Amino acid sequence: MEKFVTHTGLVAPLDRANVDTDAIIPKQFLKSIKRTGYGPNCFDEWRYLDVGQPGMDNSQRPLNRNFVLNEQRFQGATILIARQNFGCGSSREHAPWALQQNGFRVVIAPSFGDIFYNNSLNNGLLVIRLQDIEVDRLFADCAVFPGFQLTVDLEAQLVRAVDGSFAFSFDVAPSRKERLINGWDDISLTLGRSDAIRAFEAKHLSAQPWLV
Amino acid sequence: MAGRTLYDKLFDSHVVHTESDGTALLYIDRHLVHEVTSPQAFEGLKLAGRKPWRKQSIVAMPDHNTPTTPGFTAILDPVSRAQVETLDANAKELGLTYYRIGDVRRGIVHVVGPEQGATLPGMTVVCGDSHTSTHGAFAALAFGIGTSEVEHVMATQCLPQKKSKSMLVRCDGRLATGVTAKDLVLAIIGVIGTAGGTGYALEFGGEAVRSLSMEGRMSMCNMAIEAGARAGMVAYDSVTENYVKGRPFSPNTPELWEAATNYWRTLISDVDAVFDRTVVIDASALIPQVTWGTSPEMVVSIEGRVPDPDKEKDATKREGIERALAYMGLTPNTLISEIKIDKVFIGSCTNSRIEDLRAAAAVVRGRRRADSVKLAMVVPGSGLVKAQAEQEGLDKIFVAAGFEWREPGCSMCLAMNDDRLEPGERCASTSNRNFEGRQGAGGRTHLVSPAMAAAAGLEGRFVDVRRLG
Ligand code: SF4
Repeated sequence: MEKFVTHTGLVAPLDRANVDTDAIIPKQFLKSIKRTGYGPNCFDEWRYLDVGQPGMDNSQRPLNRNFVLNEQRFQGATILIARQNFGCGSSREHAPWALQQNGFRVVIAPSFGDIFYNNSLNNGLLVIRLQDIEVDRLFADCAVFPGFQLTVDLEAQLVRAVDGSFAFSFDVAPSRKERLINGWDDISLTLGRSDAIRAFEAKHLSAQPWLV
Repeated sequence: MAGRTLYDKLFDSHVVHTESDGTALLYIDRHLVHEVTSPQAFEGLKLAGRKPWRKQSIVAMPDHNTPTTPGFTAILDPVSRAQVETLDANAKELGLTYYRIGDVRRGIVHVVGPEQGATLPGMTVVCGDSHTSTHGAFAALAFGIGTSEVEHVMATQCLPQKKSKSMLVRCDGRLATGVTAKDLVLAIIGVIGTAGGTGYALEFGGEAVRSLSMEGRMSMCNMAIEAGARAGMVAYDSVTENYVKGRPFSPNTPELWEAATNYWRTLISDVDAVFDRTVVIDASALIPQVTWGTSPEMVVSIEGRVPDPDKEKDATKREGIERALAYMGLTPNTLISEIKIDKVFIGSCTNSRIEDLRAAAAVVRGRRRADSVKLAMVVPGSGLVKAQAEQEGLDKIFVAAGFEWREPGCSMCLAMNDDRLEPGERCASTSNRNFEGRQGAGGRTHLVSPAMAAAAGLEGRFVDVRRLG
């Protein structure tokens, strides 16, 4: 997993609640058996005017000029701000893959779908919950300041305006934070507890032998 | 000391280790696998030189991409075919329990797991699919996971998990005739909202839930995720016991059965258990529900109207309503019963079990699909459900009424195969998600119960199934 320590980048606003993972990456792109190649199809149905299919040359497709992420000023954005319940719906990990491969390293929203939240952190895409009024502030600043940037400091658990005008703190589970900062492989960590797993398993399966 | 909730019991009995911040390493009993979210996990496992920790815990089948055309022999779409063939190959190489295309046991993973007894009370059940919450109906802790976690469970039989908060959804009274578990869960989502259950494990209780069949309880737990909750569950009782008995994976000797049921009977929330939140619903007052928008919480009763955004004070919500109305092609204040439909879909892991098909067949028996309805399709949840329905003659009832009878799979629930809505088409669907584009780009989905979907197919618009006579 890619390490995450601090990151400063351009902010893009997606002012919608309940953005579901079907919208982040539509199902036809889930037929791929690879982990890569999802970036150009991130938000496909909003981003393009035609209906996307796997294998299309995305650079030739008609862009929806009314979709905010297509605006010139948000090109190169690495931090996405959104409204409540972002990433609800399907468990597809293709959603964080698509966001990352589209250039995002951070998503900030008041709340997230639980599965999406875990999937994102498992891939080093930092998902940050802020208070509603803090998110309101980010949307407001993003609207008025061209080239609006934020610094995300995972060590200090802060989202800061680059001019120092505000800093919002956020929560992250300490064990998660440690994994992200070090870029550790979750599976190796768990396998480090193999003896405990084996001991638990032996006891569990002998108490409930029908599970075998 | 306060009593423990069912969720406490299920979670605590699977903890292998707890970290200082409270993150637990949870042991997983059953891992269900399908073709869409597994290829990258199998690949990751292989690249790291790892093997499944306990391969007997895995039950795999293709469902999302499979055609539903009667008697199909091949998947024509080469990309879908490659994905199914990848699962064929992985299952073969690792020697997994696998229901391939052509096996009568194959179907939607959340229908097949319980049907085979692969889902048992007291288990932890995971699958790379958000509707894994379905299996919680068996007093199991079941939740959807992403592909990295699929690989994690394969490699270690465990998952690091934070314990959720607990919410009791107590459904008082009994559902009236013609009102189903689907209506109940849609109404619940309407009350708590699609994010209302985020961070919680839901337990559905109360008289209305106790008096539901396992099929009905599965429909409810299935949609816990649409309320934002990763897991939904129902306490163990004699209904659970009768369903589980005699299934292929169930305890199969008298001694094992006795030991198992003695344990399973403890899988209820203690009377003095404390929940972080309790929501009470008067189930007896409910009438059939229909969603009007692009989120399952956008729901009203069949007697209701499409909402008017001008009456909403919250700006984000108002914009959400306006956007949904534009997408759905609906005018504020329209009566739900005036909305005309183009297609009907009866199926999905929410409503494709035998009881669902019986309910729909009872409505269409001796009647005809409206001429204005272009397609009404019935997609059983598994090969065994299909066989059972055919034995009862339900297929003939559907076909005589102009409804198509298909092969099992996810089908138009998410339209990864050829079954889909065209842009602008409106569908009465028994599935679980009315998101934009879910059933096909530009398609418009209204979520309803099987009986309500069948009735809409007959009338060409939404009608109160209780008035059909
Ligand atoms: S039927 Fe629909 S919701 Fe259920 S597993 Fe298949 S695609 Fe997912």
